[in-house]
Amino acid sequence: MPGSRDAIVAEIPRLRRYARALTGDPVRADDLVQDTLERALAKWALWRRGSSLRAWLLTLMHNVFVNQVRGRQAVEFRAAEDLPEPVLRATQADELEVRDLQRALACLPLEQRAVLLLVGLEDLSYAEAARVLGVPLGTVMSRLSRGRERLRLLLAQPGKARLEVVKKP
Amino acid sequence: MNAPISEDDLHAWVDGRLPPQRRAEVETWLAAHPEARARLEAWRAQDAALHRAFDGVLDEPVPTRLVRAAAAPHLLVRRAAAAFGWLALGSVLGFTLGRDGAPLSGDELATSLPRYAAIAHAVYAPEQRHPVEVGAEQEAHLVAWLSKRLGAELRAPRLDAAGYRLVGGRLLPGEAGAVAQLMYEDATGRRLTLYVRRDGAERADTAFRVAQEGALGVFYWIDGRFGYALSGELPRDELLRVGTLVYRQVEGG
Repeated sequence: MPGSRDAIVAEIPRLRRYARALTGDPVRADDLVQDTLERALAKWALWRRGSSLRAWLLTLMHNVFVNQVRGRQAVEFRAAEDLPEPVLRATQADELEVRDLQRALACLPLEQRAVLLLVGLEDLSYAEAARVLGVPLGTVMSRLSRGRERLRLLLAQPGKARLEVVKKP
Repeated sequence: MNAPISEDDLHAWVDGRLPPQRRAEVETWLAAHPEARARLEAWRAQDAALHRAFDGVLDEPVPTRLVRAAAAPHLLVRRAAAAFGWLALGSVLGFTLGRDGAPLSGDELATSLPRYAAIAHAVYAPEQRHPVEVGAEQEAHLVAWLSKRLGAELRAPRLDAAGYRLVGGRLLPGEAGAVAQLMYEDATGRRLTLYVRRDGAERADTAFRVAQEGALGVFYWIDGRFGYALSGELPRDELLRVGTLVYRQVEGG
């Protein structure tokens, strides 16, 4: 057991990175990580030894997050003005890029954002992403395709994110 | 002849997941389709931008609350989860021996009583070194202390007639304040716990009920402001006999 606990602690930075990109909000991201860790301890007996601990933790996190989003009836689309400012340290030149990226990510539907981050940021295989999200491989590929293309368009015309936002209720 | 280039191939190319031969085929195709190539380069740039934006998180110090969340005492959690599991699964088969025959069905306060009592039993009854906070040798102090914290006079029933002697007791957090747990043991080391909770409101219901799953049984009732639950791995007859012994003493006044 002590070894397992260390293994979980070692995964925390990666969980925080994914949660930060997924939620776009540092405090909410850490709350999500904390909820995930608590869930992991409660369900510890269900983790199959030898399987990827990271993938299992990401699966739990995804389920916790989806439940939270459902619970608060949230809103995939938020007013661009309400999006939190990125708090990451970045050079002056990078700051605008980071901000644009976070805004554009927040404009993606959750299902597309999750696939895009699991593959593009967390470097999961397509099959692992499918297991984490509990969807077939083909669904992962089509979400990845739509997410990447949509993000490309959003980033190509930064004003577009704002326009789409104000149309949504 | 090459298989046609699919959208999946294009993503696998962006993610560097194509075997060498297929990669070469895709690149040949891309050379003839510069627009597609520009789109793919943009996808690749997204991934690089994601890393630039978020990799900094990996170097941030991990907040203490998260380390603590990952380091909760496993043993306690697992034992409690085991006890909670079987009770939460709806296997509480209550039956009433009630004096007034009124069942407590649907009453949340009543159903939470055996559940919490069973969890507390599962956690502390196996404890060898610290089963109680205050031992029976300081019974007067134990009773005064628990009475003070519960805000009502408590007494430790004598169960010698059933072969159980008082080991001691401890204070536990409950849903609505402090809860007392008294532990008893027979000559073979078998343990019973009596869980005593003070409910906020005065309640008239005093039906007896038993929740049982596998070896662990919980005999419980609510008497005015108090909820009592006797837990132990006993045959049901014996549990009822000891429970009745407890009931007479706390009720006797």
